[in-house]
Amino acid sequence: MSDEPERPDPDALLRAQAPARARLKIFFGASPGVGKTYAMLESARRQKAEGSDVVVGVVETHGRAETQALVAGLDVLPRRRVAYRGIDLDELDVDAAIARKPELILVDELAHSNAPGVRHPKRWQDVMDLLDAGIDVYTTLNVQHVESLVDAVDQITGVRVRETVPDAVLERADEIELIDLPPDELLERLAEGKVYVPDQARRAIENYFRRGNLMALRELALRRTAERVDADVQAYRREQRIRALWPTRERLLVCIGPSPASEKLVRAARRLAEGMHAPWYAVHVDVTGAPPLSADDRDRVEAHIALAESLGGEALRITGATVAAAVLAFARERNVTRIVAGKPTHSRWRDRIRGSLLDALIRGSGDIEIHVIAPSEEPAPRAAAEPPPTQWGGYIRGTAAVTVATTIGALAGGRLDLPDDVMLYLFAIMLAALGGRGPGLAAAALSVAAYDFFFIPPRYTLVVSDIRHLMTFAVMFTVGTALGSLVARLRHAEAASLQRERRTAALLAFTADSAAARDVADVAAAVVAHVEDALAAPTVVLAPVADGTLSALAGLQPLAENEMAVARWAHEHGRPAGRGTDTLPAARLLAVPLGADAGVACVQIERARRRIDLEGRRLIEAIARQAGVAIARLRLAGEAREAALRVQAEELRSSLLSTVSHDLRTPLAIITGTASELRDRTVGADRESLDTIVDETRRLTKILENLLAITRVESGADVKREWVPVEEIVGAALARTESVLAGRDVAIHVDAELGVEVDPVLTEQLLLNLLENAAKHTPAATPIEIRALRDGVGVAIEVSDRGPGLPPGPPEQVFAKFFRGPDTRTAGAGLGLAVCRGIAVAHGGRIEALRRDGGGATFRVWLPGGDAPRGEAPPEAA
Amino acid sequence: MTEPADTVLVVEDEAPMRRFVRSALATHGFRVVEAGTLAEAEGLATESPPELVLLDLGLPDGDGLDLLTRLREWSQAPVIVLSARGREEDKVKALDAGADDYLTKPFGTSELLARIRVALRHARAQKAPDDPIIAIGPIRIDQARHEVGVDGAQVHLTPIEFKLLVLLARHAGKVLTHRQLLHEVWGPRSTHQTHYLRVHMAALRRKVEADPARPKWLITEAGVGYRLRDS
Repeated sequence: MSDEPERPDPDALLRAQAPARARLKIFFGASPGVGKTYAMLESARRQKAEGSDVVVGVVETHGRAETQALVAGLDVLPRRRVAYRGIDLDELDVDAAIARKPELILVDELAHSNAPGVRHPKRWQDVMDLLDAGIDVYTTLNVQHVESLVDAVDQITGVRVRETVPDAVLERADEIELIDLPPDELLERLAEGKVYVPDQARRAIENYFRRGNLMALRELALRRTAERVDADVQAYRREQRIRALWPTRERLLVCIGPSPASEKLVRAARRLAEGMHAPWYAVHVDVTGAPPLSADDRDRVEAHIALAESLGGEALRITGATVAAAVLAFARERNVTRIVAGKPTHSRWRDRIRGSLLDALIRGSGDIEIHVIAPSEEPAPRAAAEPPPTQWGGYIRGTAAVTVATTIGALAGGRLDLPDDVMLYLFAIMLAALGGRGPGLAAAALSVAAYDFFFIPPRYTLVVSDIRHLMTFAVMFTVGTALGSLVARLRHAEAASLQRERRTAALLAFTADSAAARDVADVAAAVVAHVEDALAAPTVVLAPVADGTLSALAGLQPLAENEMAVARWAHEHGRPAGRGTDTLPAARLLAVPLGADAGVACVQIERARRRIDLEGRRLIEAIARQAGVAIARLRLAGEAREAALRVQAEELRSSLLSTVSHDLRTPLAIITGTASELRDRTVGADRESLDTIVDETRRLTKILENLLAITRVESGADVKREWVPVEEIVGAALARTESVLAGRDVAIHVDAELGVEVDPVLTEQLLLNLLENAAKHTPAATPIEIRALRDGVGVAIEVSDRGPGLPPGPPEQVFAKFFRGPDTRTAGAGLGLAVCRGIAVAHGGRIEALRRDGGGATFRVWLPGGDAPRGEAPPEAA
Repeated sequence: MTEPADTVLVVEDEAPMRRFVRSALATHGFRVVEAGTLAEAEGLATESPPELVLLDLGLPDGDGLDLLTRLREWSQAPVIVLSARGREEDKVKALDAGADDYLTKPFGTSELLARIRVALRHARAQKAPDDPIIAIGPIRIDQARHEVGVDGAQVHLTPIEFKLLVLLARHAGKVLTHRQLLHEVWGPRSTHQTHYLRVHMAALRRKVEADPARPKWLITEAGVGYRLRDS
């Protein structure tokens, strides 16, 4: 720590002040059998011994006595039984765990895949839900299940692990404890049968537990933990406000495509980015005009995008004329410093013809570094373009055009030269090529055959005597193919831009509609109308109602109960759920939260009349986001209206106040004065009547003053703050209550040094009311005690009596406005104590009423203050 | 009632209020002149300069403070301000602008008369030479020898406490604002440091009062200032 603390990063401060989130601790091991479960149970027992509420969610003891002994004595949550293909599978019961809400839950085997039909496909997703619900989680994990290490593990052991846990989960962990066991000891344990090995996998497993494998895995686990420790140190340094010298910010970009090799590229990019603490992008380029990807390729691209996202990268699809140009433009725009690309697997000839992506990247990269990564052994399956449905019309038109050309040539007889015939055929081929590549090619072949047969000597044979005619055939073929391809490309580009345009238009139209919306229901109706319009899928918008449940706000299709559950999950977690997401992917609908907690848009994907791809989902999400913005805007407008109303009400109140204060005070002052003047001149019985008039008018005045005081403090009028000795305020209040307290013993215990930071007039009023209250509600001649003491950062002032005590019921009721005690003879307007509370609160303090030991009541008020402010006394005047 | 026919100018817009004040004062031998507006009051004040002015601060044609300021340009006649509770700032402003005292509405005849007498006595005392010895209740101040006795026993005051006490005693019965006291004792630059004043007043009370939490002489006027009771 430097001598002068750095100014803290506001985000870091916010993090420090954020409410404690649930903690995730991972017991991390290099391979099965190192004792993770054992360590987890031991740690949990220690927690329980310290008084934590610990529950076992899932722990696999594999029948080992030592482990079972550790489970004994812990609370075990019953598993949820799921029937799957005739087998009963026991899974973690997340709902029961959340309902039970322990402080800590043990969930073994983080990488476990759940049985189909359970809420999430993966156990780590269950764990996220538990953490969201505020429950601490202990879990175990082996290194081979870490997403970004799958390739490395594959290389070491030759086993491709399918059950993986995203690295983001490891990063979410608050603590990772490495359970380390040297390979020799592990092998010993294996030999002694202490490691659980399922019978059917014994051979494979034994191959796995080779010393070399174990050492390599152990190193991997140690390194991963070390990286994590390094990250913790970095985080610690940030929290401790130590300025570290950060290297210039690196940014990474990885190009991905439909090839399975992209998966490896993504993982490699993540490892690189991790090492550099750099943000990274995974980019897929849709080349304008290229034929659309096949369904399989599309799914693979989406899988790669999802993988990149799950590894913490930002995945994007961009569009460009060529892959290299689009990637470089994007890289420049985002200040990317390194680009990761795959090593080509195709032959050199293809690059000669089509141009090499890598070559173009390297040439155009400038100061951006290009990393080339070798692909995995399995060759990329040829990305087969989806064959468009055969359009027979094009072929028929093409054949007709060629026939017409042949007929014209034949009818013209000798009046046309051979080149003229060629022109006719080229025209026919061009017309046919408008129907696409197939018809173009077919027309070219047909033309060549017809030309050869009918016009080239020797006629009516397919024999070609002159070699020059072969050139003509080649030209005809080339024109047919080239034109056909060109037209096909144009068609695709047109279709793609049409689709994009339709979606942009849909979003724009929605934005316009939602901007005109007057309430949340209008926005919901717009969401339904536009999503149904653009995607032809029935849609329902649910919004939370008063009791927190969701109810349909727009849309006609009713939702089934299990569909409602998906919607509720999406609403509660603020993340999309259902089809195409990580959560409940088997659902028939996609539920996307609207943002601003306004509700959920549920799109019934399965009832859609068109296939909804990633683009469609993006559109749904974009519309949902826009809807959130619109709803937030409506809410702000509502708040502004309410604020304006409040201001109006406040103005009304203050004008009422000044009217009341003038119109009531003046006559009261006149009555008081006139009656007192009259009284002074009167003797005998009339004088008593005049006394009554004066006293009652004064009482009325006091009620009026209290009414005015409460209105004033409640309206939030600003309070002056001055340091005043408590003794002075007590003295002033006592002076004004001299007559009502006459004949009572008032004991005062106030330290002369003690002062309060208050408005002296209001605070005198507070004490005065407490004293008058005590005088009013206690028998004459009972004692009253005033006490002031330091209390934390403030001062507590107490007024205690020995009267009948507080009325039955909660003590704080006495501070309610117009509350009157049971003894109606002495009751006033019931405002005195309400004023006290108002004044205390206006100073940032509080007041409470207590039943006093030995009878009576104590009123204790806390006010800011303490000792006299320090500082040099100013010089005396000369 | 040794001073026959002192003239009191009552500036108050409420006629019934004026009537009550007039009736009370007339009974006790004062001559009363009434004004319902600022303009009227100014005319009357110049026409027949009053011995004392009772001034309501809220008037239909302007602020009573303006009249006070203009009056102070040529007259030293005591001015007592009439005001409602909760308007302490107004009272302080009026006192700082040269008013001699204030009365919080509603008030009775006895309070009114007591304040008028104090104010008139002070006005006269100012013309008389200053007596080096001031005695108020049990308190006896010898200004020449810087000595203070309470109930015959000598008490030791710091210079600041002595100055404060003398200041209050010279204006006994009259309220002095925080600002006025700070200005006199600490000088013109310290008029906002009210906590110094409060600390020294507390110390003074402990030396002069029998029970400082229930002061009999050094009275606090919350939000306004202090007053030394006039026997």
